[in-house]
Amino acid sequence: MTLFGYRIPMMASLFVWCVVWEIVGRLDLVFLLPPFSDVLAAAVGLVQTPSWQSATVTTLRAFAMGMALSIVIGVPLGILMGRVKIADDLLGMWVNIFSSAPLSAIVPVLMILFGFGEKTIVAAVFLFAIWIIVLDTRAGVRHISPSLIEMARSYGASRPALYCKIILWAALPEILAGIRLGLIRGVKGVVIGQLLVAIVGYGALFETFSRNFRMAEFWALTIILFAFALLIAELIERAEAKVEYYAGARQ
Amino acid sequence: MVATALRNGPSPVPAPIDSIVEVRGISKTYGNVEALRGIDLDFPRGKLTSLLGPSGCGKTTLLKIIAGLIRADGGTVAINGKRVSAPGPERAFVFQDFALMPWATVTRNVAFGLELRGTNKAEREEIARRYIAEVGLAGFEDKYPHELSGGMRQRVGLARALSVDADVLLLDEPFSAVDEQNRRKFQEDLIRLRTNQNKTFIFVTHSIEEAVYISDRIVLLSPRPGRVSQIIEPEIDRSGDPERIHRDRHYLDTVEEIWQGLKQYVE
Repeated sequence: MTLFGYRIPMMASLFVWCVVWEIVGRLDLVFLLPPFSDVLAAAVGLVQTPSWQSATVTTLRAFAMGMALSIVIGVPLGILMGRVKIADDLLGMWVNIFSSAPLSAIVPVLMILFGFGEKTIVAAVFLFAIWIIVLDTRAGVRHISPSLIEMARSYGASRPALYCKIILWAALPEILAGIRLGLIRGVKGVVIGQLLVAIVGYGALFETFSRNFRMAEFWALTIILFAFALLIAELIERAEAKVEYYAGARQ
Repeated sequence: MVATALRNGPSPVPAPIDSIVEVRGISKTYGNVEALRGIDLDFPRGKLTSLLGPSGCGKTTLLKIIAGLIRADGGTVAINGKRVSAPGPERAFVFQDFALMPWATVTRNVAFGLELRGTNKAEREEIARRYIAEVGLAGFEDKYPHELSGGMRQRVGLARALSVDADVLLLDEPFSAVDEQNRRKFQEDLIRLRTNQNKTFIFVTHSIEEAVYISDRIVLLSPRPGRVSQIIEPEIDRSGDPERIHRDRHYLDTVEEIWQGLKQYVE
């Protein structure tokens, strides 16, 4: 973007909105919205509290476990659905339903199944993240050029070799895209899970802040979460860029 | 049953003395479309045989049946006298769309057949390097397929097929996705390569000129259902400059003769 002939960096729009926020906050129109500078100050204070630190550890651990599970199960499931018609017919409908269903409604059921603890949060992350990973992996496997598979067969690839050396790699661009989208959904899952359980990690913090109208800290925590979600999505995007060239090179 | 009947019946062509690939009574139907009917063919050892015909004559299907990639509905394929129904190390395939792994370097692509056979890394890369040079790609060992032109990519495909040291090379319209100039050059190289590598080539093409230019034997297939309509052995001297062949009388006559035969299937 250029303005009056000057190049304006991408982050500039963010800065403009921060200024708008600051002004609206200063005007004291809505008590829900403290000035941005207060929020920043709260964020600095927040990250130094032991309660935030332990909540972050809890949240990250549940998130990492849920994501690991959904990748370890989702990718093979997607490959299976992409390769085996009967598996696709059996599971396709359910994966599609779950990937578009309002999953928040199911989290209370998870609580009954897994109790008011970390297991429910892990299950929520898993439930939010896995479906898009399955769908994207399946799409990637479906798009593999048939001649690449014929090539492997004609040069004597065993079944494991075909999957490990060809199919997994050929579908990698889509698998990574699925994982990236899954990570973002997983962040949703961890927050919604914790909010509903309300006594774990960030959920507990959000509860405390909003119930006591500590809005600066509430927004600070929200911004930290957003930043985290964007950061991991960005990291995966970097990895995607590395394999992008061959996504384009495929016939 | 059809296969047996045909085998015992009179053969339309005198059987060559030493045939490496023997096709007997091959038939294949896709849904309602009869792609191939009762194909009997012998492919002589050390020669380049082209399967030529208009689209829809089942030439690629026949090649893939020989490769063991497609299962025939009836009939048998024997390589060196042994019946085969799956891919094997005595055959190597060159694909129309190259079928290279875009995530792997030229060296790894060329060595892939050996990698699948469990040849150790140092040895297979040594062999790969040799064949990369053989097809004229020395210096491109560490490039990725997307950094190469179409013609160069197909050279990688050819090097991969050569590196597994198969007796029979199966080429499925290898030049159809290569631009005209590169195709000419590639055809010349293929003629040279044939003299150096003592291998049997089975070559699918829809180009009459290409078939006559490079083949020792041309099998003409007629469409719907695909059947052998004629076998031609162009007597062209390929020992000298490959450029000369394009002006050779026999070459021009054979192209014309085949065109007259195929004309009826066009339009």
